[in-house]
Amino acid sequence: MGGKPQRKDGHGAENFTGKHEPRPHNPPKISAPFAPAPCYPHRVSTTSSPVVRITPRHTALVRVTHWITVLAFLALLITGGELVISHPRFYWGETGNSGTTPLFKIPIPSSRDTVPTGYSYVMPDQNGWSRYLHFEAAWILVLTGLVYVIAGLLNAHFRKNLFPPPAQRRWRAFRDVFAKLLRRAPLHEAESRSYNVVQRLSYLAVIFVLFPLVIWTGLALSPAFDSAVPAAVNLLGGRQSARTLHFFVSGLLVIFLFVHVTMIVLAGFWSRMRGMITGRAAAPSERL
Amino acid sequence: MSNISRRRLITTGLAAAAGVAGLSAASRIARRYGLIPPDGGGIYGPGETLTYAAQRLLTTHSLAREFPRAMISKAPFANPTAPPSDAFKRLQAGGFSNWRLTVDGMVAHPTAFSLSDLKALPVHNQITEVVCEEGWSYVAEWIGTPLVHVLDAVSVLPQARYVVYFSIEPDWWESVDMADALHPQTFLTMGMNDGDLPVKFGGPLRLRLPRQLGYKSVKYITHITATDSLKRFGKGLGSASPEAGYAWYAGI
Repeated sequence: MGGKPQRKDGHGAENFTGKHEPRPHNPPKISAPFAPAPCYPHRVSTTSSPVVRITPRHTALVRVTHWITVLAFLALLITGGELVISHPRFYWGETGNSGTTPLFKIPIPSSRDTVPTGYSYVMPDQNGWSRYLHFEAAWILVLTGLVYVIAGLLNAHFRKNLFPPPAQRRWRAFRDVFAKLLRRAPLHEAESRSYNVVQRLSYLAVIFVLFPLVIWTGLALSPAFDSAVPAAVNLLGGRQSARTLHFFVSGLLVIFLFVHVTMIVLAGFWSRMRGMITGRAAAPSERL
Repeated sequence: MSNISRRRLITTGLAAAAGVAGLSAASRIARRYGLIPPDGGGIYGPGETLTYAAQRLLTTHSLAREFPRAMISKAPFANPTAPPSDAFKRLQAGGFSNWRLTVDGMVAHPTAFSLSDLKALPVHNQITEVVCEEGWSYVAEWIGTPLVHVLDAVSVLPQARYVVYFSIEPDWWESVDMADALHPQTFLTMGMNDGDLPVKFGGPLRLRLPRQLGYKSVKYITHITATDSLKRFGKGLGSASPEAGYAWYAGI
């Protein structure tokens, strides 16, 4: 430790040792009878600049769970797409196969030559590793989500940061968000530290509606889970309905992902990335 | 990183230590109670182990959904199989009267059953769904002898932990743990929808396992063996599926 300890808050450690640097010294000229008894030796500063506490834009827990969710979701998306390719037809009800009428088809070749796709080309089979990775990523996502939701309920993250405050619970708040977006009005600093009503409701919908739904519809596709909890699949209208719903809910999550990334790019990609990686919010001088 | 407080360091350290201790205790318990699947190694091992262990605890005695007769699919679908071997064609020419199911391994009385021997055991029926890993499905009525009756007939030994079953066709074999082997819906199926089981659907003898995906329901069964370890079979991953990149446990 070479140099003297330097502290930015004005409480130089050396002040208490008396060995501070000499500085211009002008004792106040106050007439003796009215002079108040000094509370402190005059060389000790009684004022201090406020300690600048950098509150992180996102807590460490939010940042870590966010990025684990990103990785798990991308793995689920890629492998889920691979699994769809082995039968790009969707049905409603309990059963459906290449011999029955589909609800709709995705107009792509299949990785199975048994599927009547209209293409002569058969794609390579990627289901083995896709299935292994799909379920492993699902476990990672579910466990990470549980940690996030339980911690968020305990530390009031949802109530403070995501549930709309009273001022935002009116239509005007929605209108303002879209009006500002259309005018491409610059963001205020406060807006980069907090969410508007549309952001809050989108995040709440993803966390408490779409993710539970995609987990439920996915679990309903497990014949063993259904044997223990038959209602999981029966309430969705049957196995093929569950598969179709799993596909649609995943689609809604993909739409959210696209809008989310677009908004981040519009709001300032690097500052938002820094906020979610290091936790530091943008300084006022920076582009927000 | 001067803003990491000592308290935080200690809590994080304790949490990490507790996590590591918890994981190692969990893996010891999982091993002890047979909750680790034979393909539970490698990068997908943790996910497979979680799925298998969770479902083993949740579904030991649960029954696959059964459906009313009206829901039997008019258009059942079967994935095509490779052209039958000469051995199969010879037995088929004889009306399968010489078909034999050999049951051996950790059993007191190794036995070779003909189809009529199997029909002399209690025969049950179930209307359950065939669920393919590709995503499609159909419902059919399946008629056969629950595997548990065959295992009782040969007196399977208590140290047996898995039942391995082989098709007459080469490199087509699977295995299940005893929870699935003794499950009342695990059938040695000989009939389908009030008729004989068609060859296309696995006739004359298919092992049906409605709580797992279709690929565990191997067609043309001729050999069943009880064992306490899957290490000696193939590459030791439990069945032909993991050797081809697919999970051993397919209850998903």
